[in-house]
Amino acid sequence: MAEFKHKHIIALRDLSKEDIELLISTAESMREINSRDIKKVPTLRGKTIINLFYEASTRTRTSFEIAGKRLSADTVNITTASSSTTKGETLADTALNLLAMKPDIIVMRHSVSGSHYFLANKINCSIINAGDGAHEHPSQGLLDLLTMKDRFGRLDGLKVAIVGDITHSRVARSNIQGLTKLGSKVFLAGPPTMMPPGVEKLGDVTVCTSMNEALQDADVVMMLRIQQERQGKTLMPNAREYSRYFGLNPGNIRLAKPGAMIMHPGPINRGVEMSSSMVDGEQSWILKQVENGVAVRMSMLYHVCGGELE
Amino acid sequence: MNLLIKNGRVIDPSQKIDDTLDLLVENGLVKEIGKKLSAPSGVAVVDAAGKYVVPGLIDMHVHLRDPGLEYKEDIISGTKAAVAGGFTSVCCMPNTKPVIDNKTVASYIINKAKSEGFCNVFPVGSITYGLSGDRMSEMGELKESGCVAVSDDGKPVNNSELMMRALQYAAGMGIMVISHAEELELVGDGVMNEGFTSTELGLKGIPRVAEDIATSRETMLAEYTGTPIHIAHVSTKGSVRIIREAKARGVKVTCETAPHYFTLTDDAVRGYNTNAKMNPPLREADDVAAIKEGLKDGTIDAIATDHAPHHQDEKDVEFNVAMNGIIGLETSLSLSLGLVESGNLTLNQLIEKMSCNPSNILGLNRGTLTIGSVADITLIDPTGEWVVDADKLASKSKNSPWLGQKMTGVAAATIVGGNVMYKR
Repeated sequence: MAEFKHKHIIALRDLSKEDIELLISTAESMREINSRDIKKVPTLRGKTIINLFYEASTRTRTSFEIAGKRLSADTVNITTASSSTTKGETLADTALNLLAMKPDIIVMRHSVSGSHYFLANKINCSIINAGDGAHEHPSQGLLDLLTMKDRFGRLDGLKVAIVGDITHSRVARSNIQGLTKLGSKVFLAGPPTMMPPGVEKLGDVTVCTSMNEALQDADVVMMLRIQQERQGKTLMPNAREYSRYFGLNPGNIRLAKPGAMIMHPGPINRGVEMSSSMVDGEQSWILKQVENGVAVRMSMLYHVCGGELE
Repeated sequence: MNLLIKNGRVIDPSQKIDDTLDLLVENGLVKEIGKKLSAPSGVAVVDAAGKYVVPGLIDMHVHLRDPGLEYKEDIISGTKAAVAGGFTSVCCMPNTKPVIDNKTVASYIINKAKSEGFCNVFPVGSITYGLSGDRMSEMGELKESGCVAVSDDGKPVNNSELMMRALQYAAGMGIMVISHAEELELVGDGVMNEGFTSTELGLKGIPRVAEDIATSRETMLAEYTGTPIHIAHVSTKGSVRIIREAKARGVKVTCETAPHYFTLTDDAVRGYNTNAKMNPPLREADDVAAIKEGLKDGTIDAIATDHAPHHQDEKDVEFNVAMNGIIGLETSLSLSLGLVESGNLTLNQLIEKMSCNPSNILGLNRGTLTIGSVADITLIDPTGEWVVDADKLASKSKNSPWLGQKMTGVAAATIVGGNVMYKR
């Protein structure tokens, strides 16, 4: 079995194809644990994991917590809305104080892109990125890949449409990195106000001029969250017009391949980026994504600890 | 102190001198320039063979952080850094605490520099009271107090009417207005240049057009009012083009750029390097090329460092939280000499941009070695090598993107008013 040599998992950009494949295959084997009656193995017994969340999160934090617990690690959650500037204590000081309590892994979400690299230079435990600004969200990227692999049995040669605010999306960046490394093609669509410059150079990426162009013959359609509060200021007129041109509905999904899978990282704004019939319909893999999230995070925790499966 | 500087290559663009000559300094003034001068008794002889002897370098854009922010820098450490970098004069920006918007603060700076500093310090007062952006400061009194320009550096005067009136009023008082040209709405909460690098790093970008629009406004206001304006730290291709066109129309616009804008691109931000975070931000390769072209064709008049000391605690943080700016006084000469090495500028052009032009733009009465002028002189060792070592920098702050790098070309001695204030 290949060896995972990284102490931290901060960005899929930093990982090789082999690293990503290893994380996914381990996640596949972890799933068996999640289907047992007694969903717990002693793999990380005695390890301490701190989930340090500087941004609100339900899904990701819970998923990491469950993943740690199923591996018998002790997990502690810290959720704070305040950033280092408002709280009065710097991020580095907070981390050093936590480090003094000897955790093995800090799982962190932070609003500033690159914060995890900053911390990695300061502390000696493993760091897993649970989302940093608009940079990356590697556990989401990996769980998306695992879910696509469930459907297609492979991760090369897929046509994946990602639709929404690419500029502010760490999910899009992690997916672009992962999909490109594994040999799939990414087609992006969204209003030009939400398309960051040079994004086509990030990988095997095509920027489409319309949503229909991106959907055409897609194997996967991944919709991103739109928030009136964020994008509504200057990036789009309003949610109504957005959903008209960039929302997924029973009409435009027909452009994709028959049975194309529909994905969304959540939380969903029903009726904005996608209609409820798409969220709840047969083609939706959204809850499977969430399910896979636990296995993927078990795999990540396991590999940064460098342990052996029992 | 009297000095005879012998056998140096004396370069004085103000007199079109470029020859191996001796230079005699007496009572703080340039007394004589010529071949094979003999030293009168009691005159110290400085052997300048292999060195350039040039009018003292002038950095028209620095932040000395004194008064109020002395934990970053003060007038003593800042001027020590200046002379180590070959500068005999610096112009310090008004974003101190309190702001340089009154005679008391201006006088404090001038007096402290005279009694404890290592080089000349010319304060720049604020355009608006307290840098508030909403009413003019007392520019007449500021000029009388010794301020050589006014600027709200760090931010633009967003209100176009106020900026136009400030240009008119300042011209009436005979004081130059220096503009920090950025359109604030477009800057937003951006933290680096908007481009492929910001896309990859997931950092909020500042589009180049934010600077271009503001540069455009400033040149149009100067054109309309017929008054002079100086644009600080030009960083974009667009700004260079706009200023070039304005100059061609006869607009009284001058401008400066900083060494980081002709040596670094936004690639330097990779790794979330907060020592590559400044405002305006590092741009792209075509901007760097345009800055060099602008220096070469005379569109850009001056090289100034925007020396912006920040404490480690303000830089060793998450990227978005880090303060903008880098120190520059001690690296400027080496980096600028690189433009000569690469053939981008002649040595004479470089000295113009680092001494003569800043003096002329601000009326400092420096930047020349004419007989009778103040003996502000820099001796440059063009082949001297050194390494940027945080422990050896004179500046209190160490926020430089060049830490650990080897540099070629260095100040061999810095003479201020006839006194050797620095010797390597």
